[in-house]
Amino acid sequence: MKTSKELAVQMRGISKHFPGILANDGIDLDVYSHEILALLGENGAGKTTLMNILAGLYKPDGGQIFLKGREVEFHSPKDAIEHGIGMVHQHFMLVESLTVTENIILSLQRSGMNLHANQVKQRILELSSQYHLLVDPDASIWQLSVGEQQRVEIMRLLYRGAETLILDEPTAVLTPEEATDLAKILRKMADEGKAVILITHKLNEVTAFSDRVTVLRAGHVVSNLLTKETTKKELARLMVGRDILFHLEKKKCKAGNPVLQLEHVHATNDKGLPALVDVNLQICAGEILGVAGVAGNGQRELAEAIAGLRHIDQGKISANGQDITNSSPFKVISAGISHVPGDRIGVGLASNLPVSDNLVMKAYRNPPIVQGQLVKKKSIVQFVDRLINAFNIKTPSSDTPARLLSGGNQQRLILAREITASQGMLIAVYPSRGLDVGATESVRSTLLEQREKGSAILLISEDLEEINQLSDRVIVMYEGKIMGTVDPETTPLETIGLMMAGQPLSAIEKHGKVEQSA
Amino acid sequence: MRIQFEKRTDRNRLSGFLIPVLSFFLAILFSALILLFFDINPIQAYSVMVKGSLGSTYALSETLVKAIPLMLTGLGVSIAFHMHFWNIGAEGQLAMGGIAAAYVALFLKDAIPSSLLLPAMFLAGGLAGAVWGLIPAGLKSSIGVNEILTTLMMNYIATLLVEYLYLGPWRDPKGFGFPGTAQFVQAAWLPRLTGRVHYGIFFALAAAVLLWFLLSRTKRGYEIRLIGENPKAARYAGINITKNIILVMLISGGLSGLAGMAEVSGIAHRLYMGLTVGYGYTAIIIAWLANLNPWAILVVAFLMGALLVGGDQLQIAMQTPAAVASILQGAILFFMLGGSIFNTYKITITRTRSKKQGENAHE
Repeated sequence: MKTSKELAVQMRGISKHFPGILANDGIDLDVYSHEILALLGENGAGKTTLMNILAGLYKPDGGQIFLKGREVEFHSPKDAIEHGIGMVHQHFMLVESLTVTENIILSLQRSGMNLHANQVKQRILELSSQYHLLVDPDASIWQLSVGEQQRVEIMRLLYRGAETLILDEPTAVLTPEEATDLAKILRKMADEGKAVILITHKLNEVTAFSDRVTVLRAGHVVSNLLTKETTKKELARLMVGRDILFHLEKKKCKAGNPVLQLEHVHATNDKGLPALVDVNLQICAGEILGVAGVAGNGQRELAEAIAGLRHIDQGKISANGQDITNSSPFKVISAGISHVPGDRIGVGLASNLPVSDNLVMKAYRNPPIVQGQLVKKKSIVQFVDRLINAFNIKTPSSDTPARLLSGGNQQRLILAREITASQGMLIAVYPSRGLDVGATESVRSTLLEQREKGSAILLISEDLEEINQLSDRVIVMYEGKIMGTVDPETTPLETIGLMMAGQPLSAIEKHGKVEQSA
Repeated sequence: MRIQFEKRTDRNRLSGFLIPVLSFFLAILFSALILLFFDINPIQAYSVMVKGSLGSTYALSETLVKAIPLMLTGLGVSIAFHMHFWNIGAEGQLAMGGIAAAYVALFLKDAIPSSLLLPAMFLAGGLAGAVWGLIPAGLKSSIGVNEILTTLMMNYIATLLVEYLYLGPWRDPKGFGFPGTAQFVQAAWLPRLTGRVHYGIFFALAAAVLLWFLLSRTKRGYEIRLIGENPKAARYAGINITKNIILVMLISGGLSGLAGMAEVSGIAHRLYMGLTVGYGYTAIIIAWLANLNPWAILVVAFLMGALLVGGDQLQIAMQTPAAVASILQGAILFFMLGGSIFNTYKITITRTRSKKQGENAHE
């Protein structure tokens, strides 16, 4: 790659205080044009804070920012973008009912009189082909997939002349295919001379996307490395500050009796389209059944159907021999099924309520938390303290609102509650999504621990590595159908990949595309 | 210089107390300017109001008289607000309570033994308010109709029904044309403590105790809070949301219905035009100012009562326009709610260096 790298941004001695935390403590950062820089760190390491400062959203308590050698001071994101720095946040800021062109006009903040929609559209198309950034200028935002919306966000920055683009965990919301596309777009932008900063805590992304990596830990820069000269293992150690177990200890499965059973289940999604088509599965005690598939192929509906949160049109669901087809969530909970929902904040927590209220969400109806109708405050305190200690939930106190916890601790809170309430059955949906390496490790070992205690676990995940690491059997879903059941230890990833793309296992075996070594 | 809002992550006890007090005084200052504009001496006006509402046993009792319906309706709406069910129909629920109690007192007085007349009115009033609250609850939980619209619209139905009844079919034939029903028999009069303060005060105190107990000590209270904070999480936790909406609105409407019963039975001893004077709307303000805390609702309702009585006194003693009292009320509400922002946010002021200095330093 021939590049003429130039120092685009220099940050020197940046510090930022939040009540109780020093988020950034004297950080130095160099960003070059023609280059993708990965900003790696665990949740809470200060990555997003640092980038919010660069994008003009926060004001640093101390330190300086230089653009091409000149000191600058940003008072707003508008200020920053006028200096050529723009950021794509995790939550997109687009007007759903307007078209792509209209959204971009809106962001220009000039009087609409001088702007002709056609000119804007023309420019969008030019940029689109220059950066291979496929965007339909006339499409309304609500019609676009998440990946396409992200491209609109990037387009908006390019349109406004951004030279340095910051992306905050861009792949968190993308399917694997969309992530690959994004990688190509980012590479193209770097080739065209832009400086690209990628905030991430995923090691795969660092190695696949970036040229250089800066590792942050607890508000400090711990290392600056060239991506090709480092390894995932080294990065993980730098990020967490200790060695990480990439291979969890997993004992041989000693599967017991079938505990959860689905027979010929059909259901529709929120739009009334078929989401589950003739789904049959069973999970035994002491077994993890992994569900692989590209997001949106019925996984969410599968979890909801079992949990009593979605009506099924046909079929039968039973737990421990008890028929729980179309039962209320309460009945499903009483049958002993726990559920770690995919939408942590939206469904799994009442984030304004204190940690204690969130921990008793399942246990509150049983003694000793209540006696008759009355809540026993003392028992709650004991129960909550026990869970906080046992599951190592880091919280200032049990009265702290759950929203103030980090993602990893929120997930530990949910796991603590669900595992305690579980009687042998657990549905875990995207249990480690958005978590840093340390928290992911802890979530996964917790799941394995439950398996050894004899729980039947349904694990839904987009992360194939996670599925392979944890599951005893894997089913692959495509458009609501099960493409086949495989053993993760003996099945090549390629087979699972083909199944995720819609090929039934039987067809793959017949064509002999992949040799099965079992 | 730049001024920025930053979210507080800690709750400061002192500011939690100082902010409302300061807001109150700012409101008083602001209103003083308005009074001056009307050529009214604010100091004199305020002293008339304080004396008139708190300065004597009689004044205090009149303040309590106004406070009773405010307490009951304030408590009533607060429990629905805990669940984020926006019941703004306390006025209509109060009116229906008054109608039902009046019906019992006027038309069933011979069928019911006189010792049971008051309990029957109590039940009828509470029940009528509850039923009036049940209709929006049912519409919301069955087909998702927005409760703000239904509760509000049902206020008009109920208040106009009151008017129709005392002007039309229930009008006192011997009333010399005055709008209102005939006076109830004495057995239907709610006993009084002192002045016009009636036993409704005990309804209010008991309701506060019951609400506090329900919300902070029972399983049901936890469910109500959880539904309010995140209905999806509540459903996921296996909570029956429909059942809770129905129950909460029965209580909410019931308490406002009792306020109506106490008004007709304790004050006027008839159904008349003074029943629906906006207590049910002031109740919403009270519930918010009190942060939905039952004890605080009692206190705020008392202060609101004082403001109402003080406003009347001002009108009588100084011939001020009736709107002056409303302006005062509005100013207090405005400043208190505005001030509450500072409980969740703090302001930081930073000085920015001039650009020149920054550039010189590096060239």
